[in-house]
Amino acid sequence: MALLTVSNLTKVYESGIIVRRYVEAVKNISFTIEEGEIVSLVGESGSGKTTTANIILRFIKPTSGNVILDGKDIWEDIKTFEELKEYRKKVHAVFQDPFSSYNSFYPVDRVLYQALELLGKNPRMSEGKELIEESLRNVGLEPRHILGKYPHQLSGGEKQRLMIARCWLIKPRLIIADEPVSMIDASTRGGIIKLFEKLKEEEKTSILFITHDMGLAYYISDKILIMYLGKIVEEGTPEEIISNPKHEYTKNLIESIPTLYKKWE
Amino acid sequence: MGNIVIQVENAKAYYILEDKYVRAIDDVSLSIKEGEVVGIVGESGSGKTTLSNVMLMNIKKPLSLIEGKIKLYANGDVIELNKLSREELQKNIWGKETSIIPQSAMNALMPTKRIKDSILDIMRTHYDKIEEEEIITKAQSRFEEIGVSRDAIFRYPFELSGGMRQRAVIAVATLLNPRFLIADEPTSALDVSTQKMVLKTIQNLRDMNIVKSIAFITHDIATVRQIAEKLIVMYAGKIVEMSPIEKIIEEPLHPYTKGLLYSVVTPEPEVKKRGIYHIPGTPPNLMYPPPGCRFHPRCEYRMDICEKEEPRLKDINNRKVACFLY
Repeated sequence: MALLTVSNLTKVYESGIIVRRYVEAVKNISFTIEEGEIVSLVGESGSGKTTTANIILRFIKPTSGNVILDGKDIWEDIKTFEELKEYRKKVHAVFQDPFSSYNSFYPVDRVLYQALELLGKNPRMSEGKELIEESLRNVGLEPRHILGKYPHQLSGGEKQRLMIARCWLIKPRLIIADEPVSMIDASTRGGIIKLFEKLKEEEKTSILFITHDMGLAYYISDKILIMYLGKIVEEGTPEEIISNPKHEYTKNLIESIPTLYKKWE
Repeated sequence: MGNIVIQVENAKAYYILEDKYVRAIDDVSLSIKEGEVVGIVGESGSGKTTLSNVMLMNIKKPLSLIEGKIKLYANGDVIELNKLSREELQKNIWGKETSIIPQSAMNALMPTKRIKDSILDIMRTHYDKIEEEEIITKAQSRFEEIGVSRDAIFRYPFELSGGMRQRAVIAVATLLNPRFLIADEPTSALDVSTQKMVLKTIQNLRDMNIVKSIAFITHDIATVRQIAEKLIVMYAGKIVEMSPIEKIIEEPLHPYTKGLLYSVVTPEPEVKKRGIYHIPGTPPNLMYPPPGCRFHPRCEYRMDICEKEEPRLKDINNRKVACFLY
């Protein structure tokens, strides 16, 4: 059975006081993610990618449809705080902006402490300390260079690595990565991408990789979903999508991407 | 390829803070020929934008040109831009001989003015007397040439889409057919399909002989690769490699170029075969650049000599590279 099953998910945003306006951000989408699978959700801004992510993360309630994780409906079957905590251990997010994921008044250690506390471990005990150091090494950071520093003392790439270090502490089943490298210099991007691949290989973590960058999606994914105006218009392996796009939108998108090894006509 | 259009000779441009220098451009020499589109790439902070200011001689405090010459070749004459005053540059060079599509071109137009009025203002800085009718007709045909409707000139910037606004700025920047045009990250704020359109527009400027040569500044090799013949790779204020672009794609020589090129991911099978790279560490603080080769702290091929001596640009089969490996 798939780790995550999204079926007929729809989200309508309402606005206005006297005259109600409705915006259908996500229109009846369905997909699955298997264990250890990287699935990319590709689309331009406003296509509904982030709304989809926020629903799976339980930040936004869908208008209709279901999200089933590990056999449990994330809205119907999570009632108590304990169940919610269990859910938070299973599904973890890595966001676009590593700068705003930190509180600038606290040392960066805090984001790791919070993760340990979620696991019910004390970060000040030696076991907690060891776990933190191990997680930092897993993402290519040297603990003594990082711990005790404040967010402004780290580069964007280091901050994003640190967010991924949390994934090594919590070991979630599913990571929702919303544009995790779009704010990072191209020359350091590759290192971050490799960290996601490592989680998949060593921990069998599933990843929903949300991006507007077709090149990245092609490189990292087992499956690509193309989202356009709230709908999933196409789905397939990276090779299928690139060599034989079916939907007009996908065709146009792929034609417009500058390629490195071939020059346009 | 024809004659040289612009030449930079041993330029050093530093930002001077109270008692420190930021060596943003450190001994850079290059020349761009007629008919050429030259790409200039590097990470943020590598000195790309400072270099474009140096080429225009748009030098404002705290930036200052410490050493070097910037020569413009115009109709057989050599004009040393570094000897001209700001007023002379403004009156006779900028817009007429050299021009720039600025980095934030989307917001470069005055929002409270119709585009036509912005254009007339610009013209008044170049000529004491102007024929409004004539300029408007001329601008309209330029708009048409690069694919924006003639009527767009009577609109306010916010009435145009991102791609249209970008092209309107291109039209304004090239109104006086400047010899040399700099495009500073002209496509980075646009979505991919508009990006392609704007790239084509810039390419057309050269093909239609509106401008003679173009320097295209970007951090994205895949984009510049579509239109440039030659590539200059900058790192920490210096040129590390300079070569025909096809050769660089085939075989990058400098380890930095290699890292930069191999960290580009495009939807192509070659990319999957090659894998994805990254360059460890961050670019140096240019107040205290590392001794020897500025790239050595991040370089996987580092040797003893790299920490002591500065590599010079060497000629290798029609290419230039600054690295002790060669």
